[in-house]
Formats: sequence, C-alpha cells, structure tokens
Amino acid sequence: MDDQPLIEVRDVTKVYPLKSGDVTALDSISLSIQKGDFVAIMGPSGSGKSTLLNQLGCLDRPTSGDLLIAGRNTREMDDHELTGLRLNTIGYIFQKFNLIPLLSAYENVEYPYLMKHRQEDENGHISRLLSKVGIDAALAQHKPPELSGGQQQRVAIARALVNDPQILLCDEPTGNLDSITGGQIMKMIRTLNEQGRTVLMVTHDPTVAACARRNVIIKDGRIT
Amino acid sequence: MRGKDIIFRLAVRSIRLHFLRSTLAVLGIVIGVVAIATMGMMGANMTLSVTEQLSEMGNVLVVTESREGGGGGMSGPGGPSGGSDDDDFIPEEQFKDIERIASKYGTVYALYSESDTIEVGDEERRATIYGLDQDVIPEILTLASGAFPKSTSSVLIGPSLAGRLDLTLGSKIDIGDSDEGATTTVRVVGIIEERGMSMDLNTDSAIIGSEKLFTGIYGGEGEYRQVNIILDDINEAGNVSDEIEEQMNKKEEQVSVQDSSRMLENITETLGTMTTFVMAIAGISLLVAAVSIFNVMMMSVTERIREIGILRSIGTQKGEVRKMFIYESAILGGLGAVIGAVASLSIGWVVVLAMVGSTDYFFAPASLMYVPFGMAIGFVTCVMSGVYPAWSASNLDPIEALRAE
Ligand SMILES: Nc1ncnc2c1ncn2[C@@H]1O[C@H](COP(=O)(O)OP(=O)(O)OP(=O)(O)O)[C@@H](O)[C@H]1O
Ligand SMILES: [Mg+2]
Repeated sequence: MDDQPLIEVRDVTKVYPLKSGDVTALDSISLSIQKGDFVAIMGPSGSGKSTLLNQLGCLDRPTSGDLLIAGRNTREMDDHELTGLRLNTIGYIFQKFNLIPLLSAYENVEYPYLMKHRQEDENGHISRLLSKVGIDAALAQHKPPELSGGQQQRVAIARALVNDPQILLCDEPTGNLDSITGGQIMKMIRTLNEQGRTVLMVTHDPTVAACARRNVIIKDGRIT
Repeated sequence: MRGKDIIFRLAVRSIRLHFLRSTLAVLGIVIGVVAIATMGMMGANMTLSVTEQLSEMGNVLVVTESREGGGGGMSGPGGPSGGSDDDDFIPEEQFKDIERIASKYGTVYALYSESDTIEVGDEERRATIYGLDQDVIPEILTLASGAFPKSTSSVLIGPSLAGRLDLTLGSKIDIGDSDEGATTTVRVVGIIEERGMSMDLNTDSAIIGSEKLFTGIYGGEGEYRQVNIILDDINEAGNVSDEIEEQMNKKEEQVSVQDSSRMLENITETLGTMTTFVMAIAGISLLVAAVSIFNVMMMSVTERIREIGILRSIGTQKGEVRKMFIYESAILGGLGAVIGAVASLSIGWVVVLAMVGSTDYFFAPASLMYVPFGMAIGFVTCVMSGVYPAWSASNLDPIEALRAE
C-alpha cells in the first residue's frame, strides 16, 4: 500500500490544436512521485513544464494517457471532484501569480479559506501565514497592483498554503525574488516538505533545484 | 447555515467592487419598475375616476323619438321627415305607455326642452329651457340654494348660468328675444347643484320651469322631447330597455332607448384598452432595461474572465460561480425593485395628479397593486438576464480563462 505512488503520470500527452498546426506540449510523459517526495522540474523555456504542472494540478485534462492521484484515475472524476481536489489537496503557486486584482492581499489569501471552511478565519491563521511569508498586516491591506512582483509572489505562496494542501505545485516560486527572500521561501518550502507534504517545483535555478531530492529534466515535452 | 452565505457575501463584495457597473444595472431596473408602476397606476386611476363619475349617471335610460320611424306620430301633413329637431317628439300616449312599462323599475318622467334667447338686464344669451312636471322636479334635482318653483313664473337655474350672468335668488330673466316679439319674465327661486354632463338632463347652464310655463311659451302640449327613466337598480337597464323596445316598436320603429350603462361599459372598455396600451409601452421600456442589464451582466462576465479563471483554479465549483453571478443579479434586481418602488410612489403621484387631475384613488388597491407588480417584473427580469451570463461564466475552461488578459 505504501509503495503506491501519490501521483502517477502514465503516457500523458498534451496536444494544443492550433490553426497553424498542432503543438505537442507534452509527449508521452511518464512519471511517478511518492508521497513526501520533493521534485524539481527543469528545462528550457517552452519545454512544457507549466503544461505538465497544469495536468498535475487538475486544471487541465491530458489529450491522452492517465493521471492517477492517490491511486484514483482523474479520468474517472467529474469536474466537481477535480475542483474539490484543487481546493483541498493541491496548492498551486502560479508562474503569473494569478491574484485577483480587486481584492486586497489578505482577501486573496482568505478566498480559498472561505470556500473550504465556509466561515471566516477567527484564529488569525491567515495573518500568521502572511507574516510567515513576509507580508505584514499593513501590506496585507494592499491590492496586488500596489505590490511589487516579489510581494505578489509571496501572497500567491500564502494563498497556495492556506488550506494546508497535501501536494504543493510551484511554478518558479523564486523567479521574482532576490536571493535572500528567495532563500527564505526555499527554506519554507523545504520545511513543508519535511513535514510530509509532496512538493513539485519548476525552476531554472540549479542552486534551487539542488534543494530537491530528485530532478526531472524536460525538453520538447519529453523527460530526458 | 453560515456556510451558505459565504457565496452571498462574496457576491455582495463583488457588487461593491464593481460599483459603477452595479449602479448602472440598478438604474436600468429602477427605470423599468417606475415605467411599469407609474403607467399602470395612471391607467388604474383614470379608469377608477371616470368610472365613478359615470356610474353616478349610469342608472338612466333615455327614450327619444326614433329617427327611423315616422315624424312624430303623423303630426304635420307631409312634414319634413327627420329634418328639423322640432318635429321629433314623443306624444303623450307613448309617454303613458312607457310609464306603464317602466314605472315599476323606477321614476319615469317626460320633459320638454327648447333652446332660446334669454335676457338679463342688457345681456343677451342662449340657454336651454326645460319644462318638467312640478311634482317630479324635487325628485330628480338637488338644490344648492333657494326653493323649488311653485308657480308658473318661478324657475330654477343651473350653477354655471348663475355664475355667468351674476344671477341670485330673486333675479329676473326674460325668456325670448325682445326684438322679435313678446318675452316672458320669470323669477329665479332656486339654484341647482352642479351635475356635470349627462345624457338625461344638462342643467348646469339651463333654466328649469314647470310644464305650464314651457307650453305657455312654446305650445306643443303633450309633445315631449324625451322621456327619462331613473332606475332603482342599474342592473335592470338592459331588461327595461329591451321591454320598451319590444312593446313599442312592434309595428313600427317608434322610439329609441339609450342605455347609459351601455355607454359606461364602452367607456370602461376603451379605458381598459388604453391601459393595456400604456402598459405595453411600459413593457417596452422594461425590455430595454432588461437588455441593458443583460449587457451589464454579460460585460461583467467578459471583464472578469480572468478572475473567474482564478476562482475556478483555486477550487471554486462551477455551481458556486453560477450562484455568485445569480446572487449578484438578484441583489441588483432587489435593490432596483425597492428603489423603483419608492420612486414610483412619488413619480406616480405626480403623474397621476398631472394626467388624471385627482389622486383620490391613488391608494386604492387597484392602483397601488402596480407597485408590487412592477417590482416583481423588474426583479424577475433582472434575475433572468443574469442567468445566461452566469451560466456562461461557470462553464469557462479554467486554463482558457486564466490566459485571458
Ligand atoms: N493554451 C495553449 N495553446 C497553445 N499552445 C500552448 C498553450 N499553452 C502552452 N502552449 C505551448 O506549449 C508549449 C509548452 O508551454 P509551457 O507553458 O508549458 O512552457 P514552459 O516550459 O512552462 O515555459 P516557461 O519556462 O517559459 O514558462 C509551448 O510551446 C507553448 O507555446
Ligand atoms: Mg512555464
């Protein structure tokens, strides 16, 4: 039972049909990730890293092949169940942050919390989380357009962590940060991994990748 | 319980954040509700006040000489048939017949009338002179001041005539043109209350005297202008009218009966048609409002595609996105309906006052019901125009939505 992988990718292909010709972003990828694993995904720009993460994050469905999460094939899950996985089990830090511009930093982090717990946070959990990623109470009242890239990234990290997900998907979590803050964030992610969470992280930075237990390199949609 | 309102509260927040757009949508609904409610109330008030005015005289049947029949019971040899009014009259025997048929249903009386020149001091005018049975006058007319005439030289006058010629009790009037011959001098002993226009008697600008006075001046005794029947029960109008026509027009068309309740029906029907027409116009304005709300809601979806993509990608269910948008339109619709209701009450009051001239019936249920009616239609329209945008928002593919700029 224990040797069953938490995430299993079997022959996953993703084709984007375009007028100018189909783009094969992922080409028969197979990958299995154990619970508690820490995987760094590397590869040149346009190689399909974000596409792979989108499949793992249940945001997208593969053109062919299977994705199993905790032994269950996502092909057999309906939209409602996949959405539930995104809310409760998977934390996703997007490459482009994807914060809601009209809401304050605090409200952005609060949103998934409200959707999961159906009530407001009365224990200060969100504020603690925000200060842990280096966003203080005053900054938390700002809206994303009023924050720097690095600050937005930290808000996005807090949002991904707010529902205490089993799986953490990070698309270049330190890409916009200086080396000191980047180091702090990496330390956080490592601690989360040490506490038992499974982490998949896309990065270009070999020193960041060195933190991971395993490196996967993608080129033209294939694992090399 | 508390969980349920999270989506609702998120919808409220979203309305606040998109304040301008929300205000525009609410404004659209307000206009629609005000249009429906105000137009409806105007129609209802018009119908109510006209019906009330008409029903006061709705219980009268007027019998006149039939134009299609012979000229007044073969009066003059080869008289011009259907030419001059003077030749149309109801002879005494026919009056007796009508009385026999109709007296059990109410008051039946015959009247003489003539239009003539009258003189008061130096002033000359034309007025209608009625000749009525002295015993009948108190039954059908109400005095504003003075007393009913007891002699052939005393008369009643209508309030408009009294006002125009400065006549008071005791004033003297000469009937007839002094240049053309003898005049008859009469004395005003009473002034009648205003009655308005009606089919049977138009007394406001008239002189009312006894039959003897009338035939003394114009002759033609027993040749009545018309016979009026004041019914005790307005619902008998049709029966009585049928009965008279059946019995008296058997051989030849002698009389024609005008039933004012039928006229009333016609007017009410016309008013109803008008109200429907006015409501149709209001409906069009609501349609315009609906289109603008649909547009606002659709814009709201298009503008927020990325936001919806984010919501979906961090675990918001399709149904919750749909619910959020429906809530939004319901809140906007509710707000619009309430503001619209308040506005309709004040605007409606002004419009009714201006168009109908009286707000006596403004608070009648038949009038006020258009406020909740307008509110309901406005609310439903708003929610309906939110359904499609909500549905299309919830069906956006998260990845596609996230890529939108
Ligand atoms: N929605 C889409 N429609 C069409 N083609 C797409 C779409 N998304 C990605 N692609 C294509 O798929 C390929 C992989 O894209 P992807 O975003 O996964 O690259 P990446 O490895 O994340 O690159 P980067 O390091 O620059 O973020 C690219 O060639 C890209 O053009
Ligand atoms: Mg990428």
